[in-house]
Amino acid sequence: MGLFDSKLSEIHNRLHARDISVTDLVDASFARIAEVEERVKAFLTLDEEGARRTAAELDKQLAAGGERGLLFGLPAGLKDNIVTEGLRTTCASRFLGNYDPIYDATVVRKLKDAQSVTIGKLNMDEFAMGGSNENSAFHATRNPWNADYVPGGSSGGSAAAVAAGEVYFALGSDTGGSIRQPAAYCGVVGLKPTYGLVSRFGLVAFASSLDQIGPLTKNVEDAAYVLQAIAGHDERDSTSAQVRIPDYISALTGDVKGLRIAVPKEYFGEGVSSEVKSAVQASLKVFESLGATWEEVSLPHTEYAVATYYLLASSEASSNLARYDGVRYGVRSSDADNLLDVYLNSRSEGFGPEVKRRIMLGTYALSSGYYDAYYLKAQKVRTLIKRDFDQVFENYDLILSPTAPTTAFKLGEQVDDPLTMYLNDILTIPVNLAGIPAISIPCGLASNGLPIGLQLMGRAFDESTVLRAAHAFEQHTDHHKLRPQL
Amino acid sequence: MSISVQDVEHVAKLARLKLSDQEKEQFTVQLNAILKYAEKLNELDTEGVPPTSHVIPIANVMREDVVRESLPLDKVMRNAPEEEDGQFKVPAVLE
Repeated sequence: MGLFDSKLSEIHNRLHARDISVTDLVDASFARIAEVEERVKAFLTLDEEGARRTAAELDKQLAAGGERGLLFGLPAGLKDNIVTEGLRTTCASRFLGNYDPIYDATVVRKLKDAQSVTIGKLNMDEFAMGGSNENSAFHATRNPWNADYVPGGSSGGSAAAVAAGEVYFALGSDTGGSIRQPAAYCGVVGLKPTYGLVSRFGLVAFASSLDQIGPLTKNVEDAAYVLQAIAGHDERDSTSAQVRIPDYISALTGDVKGLRIAVPKEYFGEGVSSEVKSAVQASLKVFESLGATWEEVSLPHTEYAVATYYLLASSEASSNLARYDGVRYGVRSSDADNLLDVYLNSRSEGFGPEVKRRIMLGTYALSSGYYDAYYLKAQKVRTLIKRDFDQVFENYDLILSPTAPTTAFKLGEQVDDPLTMYLNDILTIPVNLAGIPAISIPCGLASNGLPIGLQLMGRAFDESTVLRAAHAFEQHTDHHKLRPQL
Repeated sequence: MSISVQDVEHVAKLARLKLSDQEKEQFTVQLNAILKYAEKLNELDTEGVPPTSHVIPIANVMREDVVRESLPLDKVMRNAPEEEDGQFKVPAVLE
């Protein structure tokens, strides 16, 4: 375990000194998986053969000397909605239970260029719809801090695998909080980059105007390294931004003197537990002591974000998931005599209840007679929500809040009540609607022994400031060093 | 607005989902609750507010029309539930 508690730079120094090999790192990963996976259940697919082959190649390269990639030798896990050529990718759905991708996602190609080692594919809520991993068609991942609790979602497998030390880092995807909320629940760092900073080519689409891939790591510096490796324009994703990618690692100066932090009062309202509030307020004291200033502000349309999000995300999902028709890939129902039955029966057998619910909601919101009342209305409110953020960022560099209203909840506690479940995302959803970057970092443990997450939101494409502030906080606190006892 | 079981049946048909009677009833209750919550948006006056469909300003994205090699057929067909002569096979469209 010691290995995965080291920082990336330390591991690289040891590799360089031939004190350890890439094979040692991969061994450490699979040894830990053998030790704890039965309790954590973070993985859907392991690729031991592929990982060992890659490790051997990298060790050969290490022996020969020469250039090493940014993430050289680091064992990585990928959320199972990121396609990997020749390695089963299921989106935790029965529909894609045996799907064997014919190409690599752009982030996978970039990780190969950076020379990390893919260990396997991580559990999630089916098609990234959910916040607990209970919507996986295969099994529920457990929170490494307490197996009675959910790891969060939808990137729950990614957060749990990092927290449990099964991989060195993981990639997740965030449509309404799906990187940040599980990061908060599992006590790790989770970054949702600006919409368009990281290519979505090969990320199985849920809600295309909101989806974004990002890293889950044990500390902020590692998040900066992973982001550096995966960010950048991609001609295969026409929504990926043509912006210059700054050096995120050199942005970590530790200096936040003069940084102006906005604290939105709406993010501390009803439903946010007192323990979460006090942990987040304590973090403000840390920033204050480092020379940053903070003031309370208002993001007045916050209360409309959840309704806006569920209309827009479900509408986009209903359209995106129309491709699952049982013709070109995925399961086909054996009970079908004509083409219409192929569609109806394959989809009904292949999708779980939450996916069906969102397809139904989205189809309704887009259907004739209701489009203006629901979908168009939500798009207009999205504009108001974005304007709230634009206004605050005229006078402030960062917005600080809790990541989630509470710590993780128990398995089975909320599955029967979709609306309550949706309201858990109230503090993460506005960020996706506005397209801006945000990070969740650990800021303490509650009395139930579960981690609390602190969220820092920044201007579009200003990941550098978000990372710099998060890193400075980390330098002066020990929350990120706490580990679950497994 | 409230949704009836008939509405749910209609939407299911549009979405190409076959629902059991139990699912129909459950979705009627749940979609009503979610849509009732969504009506909260009507509290806001959005007269003259432009809709946001894409949050980062990107205009039409163009690229050169360069001929590239297609994916090999065996790869493309590798996940097909049923195939024949390099084509996706489906049951009869018309009876």
